[in-house]
Amino acid sequence: MKKTLAYLWAAAFLLGLIGVAQRLFYGHQLAAYGSYVVWGLWVAAYIYFIGLSAGAFLLSSLVYVFGVERLEKVGKLALFTALITLFMALLSIWFDIGHMGRFWKVYTSLAWESMMAWMVWLYTAYFILLLVETWFVMRPDLVRWSARGGIEGSVARWLAFGRLDLSPAILEREKKIVRALGTIGIPLAVAFHGGVGALFGVVGARPYWHSALYPILFLVGALASGGALLTAIVAFFWPERGKEHEELVSFLGRITLGLLAFDLLLEWAEVSITLWGSIPSHVAGFKLMLFGSYWWVFWIFHLILGSIVPIILLSLWPRAVNLVGLAAGLIAITFMSVRLNIVIPGLAVPELEGLMHAYTDSRLQFYYFPSLHEWLVLLFVVSLGVALFTMGYRSLPIVRMREE
Amino acid sequence: MRKLKVSKRNEERRNFLKLMLAGVAVATGIPRTSAGSEAPPAEKPLPALPDGDSPLLRMQRELQRALKKPIEQRRWVMVIDLRKCIGCSACTVGCIAENHLPPGVVYRPVLEEEIGEYPHVTRRFTPRPCMQCDNPPCVPVCPAKATYKRPDGIVEINYEQCIGCRYCITACPYSARTFDFGENYSDGTPERQPYETSPAPEYGKKWDRKNGGSPVGNVRKCQFCTHRLNAGMLPACVTTCVGVATYFGDANDHESLVAELTAKPNVMRLKEEMGTNPKVYYLL
Repeated sequence: MKKTLAYLWAAAFLLGLIGVAQRLFYGHQLAAYGSYVVWGLWVAAYIYFIGLSAGAFLLSSLVYVFGVERLEKVGKLALFTALITLFMALLSIWFDIGHMGRFWKVYTSLAWESMMAWMVWLYTAYFILLLVETWFVMRPDLVRWSARGGIEGSVARWLAFGRLDLSPAILEREKKIVRALGTIGIPLAVAFHGGVGALFGVVGARPYWHSALYPILFLVGALASGGALLTAIVAFFWPERGKEHEELVSFLGRITLGLLAFDLLLEWAEVSITLWGSIPSHVAGFKLMLFGSYWWVFWIFHLILGSIVPIILLSLWPRAVNLVGLAAGLIAITFMSVRLNIVIPGLAVPELEGLMHAYTDSRLQFYYFPSLHEWLVLLFVVSLGVALFTMGYRSLPIVRMREE
Repeated sequence: MRKLKVSKRNEERRNFLKLMLAGVAVATGIPRTSAGSEAPPAEKPLPALPDGDSPLLRMQRELQRALKKPIEQRRWVMVIDLRKCIGCSACTVGCIAENHLPPGVVYRPVLEEEIGEYPHVTRRFTPRPCMQCDNPPCVPVCPAKATYKRPDGIVEINYEQCIGCRYCITACPYSARTFDFGENYSDGTPERQPYETSPAPEYGKKWDRKNGGSPVGNVRKCQFCTHRLNAGMLPACVTTCVGVATYFGDANDHESLVAELTAKPNVMRLKEEMGTNPKVYYLL
């Protein structure tokens, strides 16, 4: 089993590398998006991963800021998940920009009016905070692990950066630092992910996005998907089984269920109010999402596999570890359909009557399906993320007990 | 790079200074020159124009008159007479040739609507350049300040600053911006053609698309052919229009043809409800 997974991973990574090579060699030529549907799979993947990150981080704050003891054991895992998914998000969006070598201009131009600039500054601050907080949280275990042999020991020794003091006074001080960082992190995570929602929400030219609900919808979606991912990881990959584990998974499952229900409520508000309003330009995007050629992305992936099935599983078998894990995994994976349905229907509607037949070119179409190249690049991001996560999970003190 | 935004206070201050300097000049007998003011960076002397009262000649004379004013006193507008447009797309093609546009990049498509049911149909054509909005939604969204409104109202893109995130494309209510994917018409053929390899003249610079350099990977848009304006020439779409359905000029010149036309009651602008205040007017 392990061997098969390793082969699968290697194949995915190699295919992904081909995608990256294509991206570097051909620029954007092999991508299927154009100048009308101008953002595609990579932007959707970006908001998906960054949502997972914000959600996982906000859940970690339950432990480090609010002291929810039942979740204490998953605190480090949540932080580490947030870090890896943030890295995946940034990688996805980096491949998407036209001049990858110019990303730094966002830092030097100081475009105060741009929501995108704010988002970049905020997630940079968040990235730094995440790194520092994760290090402080892991340091005591890194110090204990330094005594070990092999890779674990050397990695731990290196990562402890020579700070080997474990006296109670120091530990107490560091706990306070972590608490302070976590506290700063809450408004930061809310601001940056709300900012991702606002990036879309402020665009008055796109009625599909232009909703005050967007920043909130993004935050709730982040919590639901991030919580689901964490639940699935704990359910399937936790090193210990037994009563305690069952309690933990069941508790996480209930949180996820509540967050998913809240997310669906907001989605219902958004869709129903717009449809009842029936202003054609406002309704057009929702019509595409619900009844367009990609209707199945919403109905099958989001509604059935990502909502109805998990709700049934989580309500009827809240204590069955594998079923809770399955439900959470379904939510976490199918949430990509929500992200695709945010980006694409907002763009696939002509802004002017007669534009569709105005000037014909493959880049000037209102139809979009990601090209093989785009999928390959996404495969690279996912396989790299999985590798980093697995490596960290195995060789860093993320889930194993301190007493060990 | 020219100053991006001229704040009202700056403008007042500058006007005041100019007035003072003019007073000093008159008093001391120094002739007033264009040096120091933001006068046209006309590289070549403006072309001499023949006599005649064709609208094109009139507009060109008015254009040269406008270029003698400081840049912030000009207000370029375009007027398109929809009653005259026959949907020939000569403006679209003229623009592509002038700006060396690659596949997928288009500055001035002609919108085509069909009214009625085949075969009992009529068709309506609406050329759509960039509206050069007075309140452009594409400008504040840019995370790199790569797009901005010039003092004469034209919205420009700094190709060297643009990171290619395409946020401005989503923010434009008129779909007036397109992305340069780096494609060429001769892709899949034995060799590149001179019309593709010769550098584009946009913004008065030479842009070489070879090896993925800007404007490849950038967002591109109509800029009223600023490079032609600087040389005292009308935008390419104006001169290529077979029926003289497109007019161009300085709305701040009350004697200009465009000032005359935009004062008519049968004028409309696209999506006025967006508050973008477009500088492209349509005659109905």
